[in-house]
Amino acid sequence: MITIKDLGFSYGEKAVLKNITMTLEEGRIYGLLGENGVGKTTLLTLLCGLKAVKSGSIDTDGHNPYDREPSFLADQYYLSDEVAAMNMTALEYAKNYGKFWDGFDMDKFVEIMGVFENDPAQKMNKMSFGQLKKTYISFALACNTKYLFMDEPTNGLDIPSKAQFRKAVTKYTREDSVILISTHQVRDLENIIDPIIILDRQDVLLNASVEEISEKLYFDYSTEKLTDALYCEMIPGGNIQVALNTEGKDSKVNIEALFNTVHQHKELIKGIFNK
Amino acid sequence: MEFDSNKSIYLQICDAIYERILSGELGPDARIPSVREYGAEIGVNPNTVMRSYEKLTNDGVIYNRRGIGYFITPDARDIVLYTMKKEFMMNELPQILRKMELLGISVEDLQINEK
Repeated sequence: MITIKDLGFSYGEKAVLKNITMTLEEGRIYGLLGENGVGKTTLLTLLCGLKAVKSGSIDTDGHNPYDREPSFLADQYYLSDEVAAMNMTALEYAKNYGKFWDGFDMDKFVEIMGVFENDPAQKMNKMSFGQLKKTYISFALACNTKYLFMDEPTNGLDIPSKAQFRKAVTKYTREDSVILISTHQVRDLENIIDPIIILDRQDVLLNASVEEISEKLYFDYSTEKLTDALYCEMIPGGNIQVALNTEGKDSKVNIEALFNTVHQHKELIKGIFNK
Repeated sequence: MEFDSNKSIYLQICDAIYERILSGELGPDARIPSVREYGAEIGVNPNTVMRSYEKLTNDGVIYNRRGIGYFITPDARDIVLYTMKKEFMMNELPQILRKMELLGISVEDLQINEK
């Protein structure tokens, strides 16, 4: 489990994260959402120990990530948004770098590369951006780490790869792993990310499971206008409307509509979910 | 699997299993995939599939043999028929009736078309 308490970080004078408090539990695939510049990438780099917190603390099963103990680092992987095009084949890369992770599994790497229809014998600096990204995703999953942080993993992936990514994340990760995926591509990852975290300029607006969200909010897709809608967006077949779920009705959570609702009603949403 | 109805994903997964039971594809004591296998097959978070399996277990449609997996119960077909009929009456039929009203179709019109 990862416990983040009153975390704060700034680049010089510019505060990026402030008063971030949340816990990340095992066996979950968290989706980290937020507008541009709210500090999603910064949070990921703090969690994996690349940066030191300015205030507050991060406790990852008793470790402070910034201590960067080798045994601790060997059980986590951070997949950055920008990936390096090395002058070697994917297979050579895996052989050279896989050693740093105790759980790295070469057969699994080759298998996942196959799932993505990626050629392990190809040089990485000859790959397209999408192929390179898929190589790193395969590598990240083959490391079998307990903690896995991915920054915009579906950026640059072609259409079939997005579905393959969703399946791979479920199939090739450990049951006890803590996975945190930051993304703007919520449609790519809908049905995979649960719980959903929504980060604001200096606050956590929401950290709730899809089950909890659907208990508290009702997503209506009909053509009738709701009088008490918190959010309403016209779509070709009618509207997506979000309202408080006072009658305990079941509905399908739409992450984009959720995000917009949360942004328009920050205090209300925090009040409902922190009860 | 296509997810497009307005139902939550975990209920859509239940519906997909219901239909396979009604069609006879899944008979009594047939094994269904593990939570993670199924999640990977359809690209859905395993916790969501777990929620579906919990509901199906509570409803008596599937049972769990520890360490072996999930299986269809002998009564599953009857339970599913009852559940789906009830849902049709409560949810789908009112929608159909509403649409008929909008379009000015009466029950008699349906009988005429049948002939």
